[in-house]
Amino acid sequence: MILLRLALRSLIARHLTVGLTIFAVALSVALFLGVEKVRTGAKASFGDTISDTDLIVGARSGSVQLLLYSVFRIGNATNNVSWESYQEIAGRPEVDWIVPISLGDSHRQFRVMGTTAEYFERYKYRGGRALEFYQGRAFDDLFDAVVGADVATTLGYSVDDPLVVAHGLASFVSHDNQPFRVAGILAKTGTPVDRTVIVSLEAIEAIHIDWQGGAQVPGQVTTPDEIRAMELKPTAITAAMIGVKSRLQIFALQRSINQYAQEPLLAVLPGVALQELWATVGIAETALVGVSGMVVATALLGMAAMILSGLNERRREMAILRAVGARPLTIMGLLMLEAVLMAAIAALLGTALLYTGLWALRPYVDAAFGLYLPMEPLSSREGLVVVGVIAAAALTSFFPAIRAYRLSLSDGMTIRN
Amino acid sequence: MTVTDKQCALNLDQVEFDWAARDAFGLTVPDFRIAKGERVLLLGESGSGKSTLLSLICGINAAQSGSICVDGTEMTSMRSAVRDRFRAEKIGIVFQQFNLLPYASPMDNILLPLRFAPERRARVRDGHSAALALTDALGLARDAMVSSTAARLSVGQQQRVAVARALIGAPSLIIADEPTSALDAGSQAIFLDLLFAQCTAAGSTLLMVSHDERLVPRFDRSVRMEEIAILSHKAAA
Repeated sequence: MILLRLALRSLIARHLTVGLTIFAVALSVALFLGVEKVRTGAKASFGDTISDTDLIVGARSGSVQLLLYSVFRIGNATNNVSWESYQEIAGRPEVDWIVPISLGDSHRQFRVMGTTAEYFERYKYRGGRALEFYQGRAFDDLFDAVVGADVATTLGYSVDDPLVVAHGLASFVSHDNQPFRVAGILAKTGTPVDRTVIVSLEAIEAIHIDWQGGAQVPGQVTTPDEIRAMELKPTAITAAMIGVKSRLQIFALQRSINQYAQEPLLAVLPGVALQELWATVGIAETALVGVSGMVVATALLGMAAMILSGLNERRREMAILRAVGARPLTIMGLLMLEAVLMAAIAALLGTALLYTGLWALRPYVDAAFGLYLPMEPLSSREGLVVVGVIAAAALTSFFPAIRAYRLSLSDGMTIRN
Repeated sequence: MTVTDKQCALNLDQVEFDWAARDAFGLTVPDFRIAKGERVLLLGESGSGKSTLLSLICGINAAQSGSICVDGTEMTSMRSAVRDRFRAEKIGIVFQQFNLLPYASPMDNILLPLRFAPERRARVRDGHSAALALTDALGLARDAMVSSTAARLSVGQQQRVAVARALIGAPSLIIADEPTSALDAGSQAIFLDLLFAQCTAAGSTLLMVSHDERLVPRFDRSVRMEEIAILSHKAAA
């Protein structure tokens, strides 16, 4: 007990250098744990983007690509799904519900998605949570639009504001003739829905009435009222979300869609595709963990350097300890004990820093990046990291301790300064 | 362990030592004995090999040949770890100055040897009260003992704490290396009185090293370094 007390008192006596060293290690621990929290939080948030959808169907490409454009609104579809195929699949007995998605237009920096009103009931995220309206409601007129939370905040929209959709994704040509009205604003979800303008499938057809082959027909202007009178039937959609009646039928339906004879289609299970996608992102994840691991290693090396540089001033102390009967091994142990104490204090402080940081930054991170970071106790993996830091401190302090061992052997009782 | 002369607190016989790493000098001690309970003053100038001799007696350095017995026990054949333990049990050491761990409390400084010496620990039973009894007897005020770190004490107070540390648990041999040199003349006399009284009370033998010949009359016996030891200087490489 007296040795532990001595180690503590010795640390307290050198509180300035010891404090700085502890702080450096604590920061590195907080950083490492923070990266872990963000990483697992991002992974969870990512996996939470879509749930309760059994299959996503699109034109044949890669499963990751299909997921990216249909769910994350990243990239483009290479091809469309014809309306006939969609109808055929929708009519199958296994299909419980099907929601079409039509992409391709944009509003400012946000994507416009055409779908049916059923989308608001069927799209689920974060373990089955449904979309909620922050203001207004789903569309009931042809030219009604529902915007995501980010769209509303960024562009300052409220219900009944007008909205003009641009043709394509980065285009100067607008569908000026058919302005929309904001009918509803969705509550924040932390998913790509927040950055989407949702209109009805018919509306997508409506704004393209005067267009042919990707360009506006000159001089041809159809008024909104004329359009409302027309029967608007889409010729193609981009993708569709499907729910099956029984989960047992998922694979059979997927296989039959993938072997669809009339046109090349692809059906993916969102969960599987998400995992595939995360495996791709995983390299960056590993790099992040690697970098923060290096930061911890650097801080620990700094601590070893601090102990080493202090050894010369402490030769008198070691001679006194030798004189009262301490073995060189005891002196070595005392130095390692100091390092372990410092690392333990640093680990505690780092964990406290992490939770303070989480508590303070959580609302901001959720709002800005849609990243939900739960306030949970350390996972077993994170606990292992903390223990690992303390063990690594003992290991790095081994080298200055060896040096102290040698010094105390050669100095013996001679008191040097 | 062979028991040699039961009457001897310290017995050096044909001891030969040279610093292997530092090519400074070698030391030979043909025959040097101190009887139990004796108070011996060892006189020597700096560079006379005093420190080397003390570290041999304390078993911190091992002699190449010859025999060193403390309290009748041969030390030269011991393994270093056993020697460290033996030193903790048998020998109390007071240095010239800076005797204490500056960051530790005076109490922890005094109790420190007991951590390494189970027999001394068993002899005192209650370390705290034994330490306070010693510091009281050494004239150290109680309010100095409650000071949080030894560094806050005056030099005189620190030397008394050091003596208490050397004496706690009554080791058989006390070695004092110029313990009074940092004190003024008046304090020196008082300090020696206290040191002698406590050595007698503990039944410990005292070997004190000094270069101050005025101290000679106060000791049972005084020897000069050159009378007992032969220094051999190696040619500079």
